Amino acid sequence: MIAGLGTSLRLSPDEWQVIFLTLHVAGLAVAAALPVALCLAAILTVRFPGRFLLNAVVHLPMALPPVVTGWLLLILCGIEGPVGAWLWQRFHIRLAFTTRGAALACAVMVLPFMVRAIRQGLEAVDPKLQQAARTLGAGRIDRFFSVTLPLAGPGVLMAAAVGFTASLGEFGAVITFAANIPGTTQTLPLAIYSALQTPGGEAEAARLAICSVILALLGLLLTERIGLRLRR
Amino acid sequence: MLQVAIDHKFRDFTLSVAFKAPTPGITVLFGPSGSGKSTILAAVAGLLRANRASIELDGEKLQRIRPHKRHIGMVFQDGRLFPHLTVKQNLMYGLRRAPRGEIFVDETLDMLGIEPLLKRMPSTLSGGERQRVAIGRALLSQPKLLLMDEPLASLDGPRRAEFMPYLLRLRDRLKLPVLYVTHSTDEMIRLADHVVLLKSGSVAAAGPIDEIAARVDLPLAALDDAAGVLEGYLHSHDIERRLSAVASGGQIYMVPQQDLAERRNVRLRIPAREVILSLDAPREISVNNIIPATVLAVGTDEATHAALVEIDVAGGILLSRVTLDAAERLRLREGTRVLALIKSVSIEVVAG
Repeated sequence: MIAGLGTSLRLSPDEWQVIFLTLHVAGLAVAAALPVALCLAAILTVRFPGRFLLNAVVHLPMALPPVVTGWLLLILCGIEGPVGAWLWQRFHIRLAFTTRGAALACAVMVLPFMVRAIRQGLEAVDPKLQQAARTLGAGRIDRFFSVTLPLAGPGVLMAAAVGFTASLGEFGAVITFAANIPGTTQTLPLAIYSALQTPGGEAEAARLAICSVILALLGLLLTERIGLRLRR
Repeated sequence: MLQVAIDHKFRDFTLSVAFKAPTPGITVLFGPSGSGKSTILAAVAGLLRANRASIELDGEKLQRIRPHKRHIGMVFQDGRLFPHLTVKQNLMYGLRRAPRGEIFVDETLDMLGIEPLLKRMPSTLSGGERQRVAIGRALLSQPKLLLMDEPLASLDGPRRAEFMPYLLRLRDRLKLPVLYVTHSTDEMIRLADHVVLLKSGSVAAAGPIDEIAARVDLPLAALDDAAGVLEGYLHSHDIERRLSAVASGGQIYMVPQQDLAERRNVRLRIPAREVILSLDAPREISVNNIIPATVLAVGTDEATHAALVEIDVAGGILLSRVTLDAAERLRLREGTRVLALIKSVSIEVVAG
């Protein structure tokens, strides 16, 4: 069906490349963000002093302008930043202005949404089951992995779906941290932006925008389906 | 010996209890809803951090130990089976985390009749099946103490009756102490060795079941299904007359023929409303049991205009409910010698 739409839209090979790159970056972003979101969500279910502070920091990317988030990433993970320098010296890994960097930018931007979705899933698990597990000899961490997490499965799935869909549309942080390099970091939103800057690029922009809308709709449908399962 | 002392203040309710429960044996915590029974269990299990709690089991102070290390099994009113695990996995959950113990899988499955359910998911089980699995799961965690919080409450009448034999089997075969919470006199009379009566957050009375059941100064006696409890054993059968004889405290009680072996320990439940009192020995009467007794105390149930008479039958205490008028006519006082007339069909025999 998608291929059919693609042919009717008459996308050029370059435009197809943009779409695949966007999907690739979104996939990487979710893969990287999921374990982090899981840990953070788990930690945030425990009451400890300073919990609200951690919660605030996690939600920062939601409040900051995306360009600022991208800039902060440059400061930290750019080749001269503390993290970036260490990665380069130790592993010869560069993040800024690379595909991986685009994925990282997306990951940071969607993390708050994923943490929220997972927390919802975790908190939906009946605390009475936790009590039962306690009387059966399960300590806190044991309970988390044997009872809470398996039952929170839909929540984790939801987080992945939300993270993926949101990553498809990420612009400000990506363009700031990873730049607008066709083939490497030029995801769909960046490509549309570039097309609009180019004289005569309106048609291309329109085609890409339609693709963007289609992908977004599919992503939303997926999250809705999972959301229904969660509420069941 | 289990010694429990708990103090806890809620917003509109204060719990302050202290009691002992013999080990092994079933101690029933009996009381109306809201008397704090479930709270006590939660505090003993460590699920609730009471303001002050002292729980000593055979000398070991459990309140110092973290809840998941206390080895206290708990059966909840709502079962609480893990929905994402099969019955077998549920049963193994506690066993996997327990030290080696004496409660074995085969025996437990057999006692509770849950072997055919092993591959099923909890959501496909009936209420009674779920509760049996819940009990099995708690037992397999090799607990030192078993807590049961109104396990039959979520079952309807017929299911409850079906379930009783399993609990009675548990009673016979288990060597662990059990704290059993209920507000059903039926369950209490059949299962309890020891009773702790609770009222508004404190202990109203405590003692062995046969002493507590018939005391007129306790609210138990005024209940509609109030009964006296006698411990005895099956003495003999009279097959021709279709009767069985139960010996208790040197007295013989005739009951309808029972399908039990001789010398089997039994408990007799004799409802108060079925005990007729007479000053004179009647002749040519259908009643099979004419038991000499002495009145210990006479109480009044204002609500029903009845007199509650506690009588000593040599080896036990029974309760009789008669009209206040009758009590007056017979001039029943402490020390009055009477005869208790009890129909055989009214006596319930509970196999011990």
